[in-house]
Amino acid sequence: MIAHAIFFYTFSIIAVVSAIMVTASKNTVHSVFFLILDFISISCLFIMIGAEFLGMIMLIVYVGAVAVLFLFVVMMLNVAQQKNQWFAGQATSKHIPVGLIISTLIFFEIIIVIGGWKYKPEIFDINNSIAQTSISNTHSLGQILYTDYIHVFQISGMILLVAMVGAIVLTFRQRSGVKRQSYIKQISRERAEGVEVLEVQSNKGVKIDD
Amino acid sequence: MIDIGLGHYLTLGAVIFSIGVIGIFLNRKNIIVILMSIELILLAVNINLVAFSIYLGDLAGQVFTLFILTVAAAEAAIGLAIIVVYFRNSGTIRVEEIDKLKG
Repeated sequence: MIAHAIFFYTFSIIAVVSAIMVTASKNTVHSVFFLILDFISISCLFIMIGAEFLGMIMLIVYVGAVAVLFLFVVMMLNVAQQKNQWFAGQATSKHIPVGLIISTLIFFEIIIVIGGWKYKPEIFDINNSIAQTSISNTHSLGQILYTDYIHVFQISGMILLVAMVGAIVLTFRQRSGVKRQSYIKQISRERAEGVEVLEVQSNKGVKIDD
Repeated sequence: MIDIGLGHYLTLGAVIFSIGVIGIFLNRKNIIVILMSIELILLAVNINLVAFSIYLGDLAGQVFTLFILTVAAAEAAIGLAIIVVYFRNSGTIRVEEIDKLKG
């Protein structure tokens, strides 16, 4: 129990501090690194709480793919030199109180909801589907993911496909002066325009006109 | 304080969610930081879902976390592609200078 508390406070303090640093750090590259630290500590929390499959997937998907994608875009766009002056300019200073008020409102709303959960837990209907504790978390997730949630699973695959196609179409750029493959020209090519039969006289050779 | 329960995890989710909202409002940098704040918000939602799933013994929360992860990855890819195209066209992605839709 005490170990649980120690690990929870360690990881959550790291997560909160790095979340603050994501929004507050001056360099965008540092923001991405703190985002990675945040994801890692949250996935440690997931593994600690018993959702080890989601923790590992979080490491793979977020740290391995999404954060590296962010880092790649930040490096490619070369915006790391655009240093900002946090809380300094008057251009956005009118947004600061609004943002603080809205976020503290949201925070206290969530806290109120948590309090309601704490004092009246019987109003929530609980579907207890983890009956067998003998099998692992990954095993039990797989058992319901491919049976009860198969349609949602396939729809999420479609979403990933659409996202992939969309990202490729958006960033596709046609440059002039680059030799490209033309499928239509390749397919519609016929024998008459490609091959020519010549009568070769002896000791003369063939002169190909180009 | 020592006895870690559901409320601790929900509070952590609330704190990270609020930090993400603050990050969207208080941003003076480029749009990429706003995208990262959206990732933080989705992460907070994931924390809530996983905590409820574990403490209620219902695996549906973890399944939905998986789908939120999928949608977050797709959203990050599309958003970054749009940012790359915008940067290529206008040369800047600073928040104050993106005002082409103002009319």
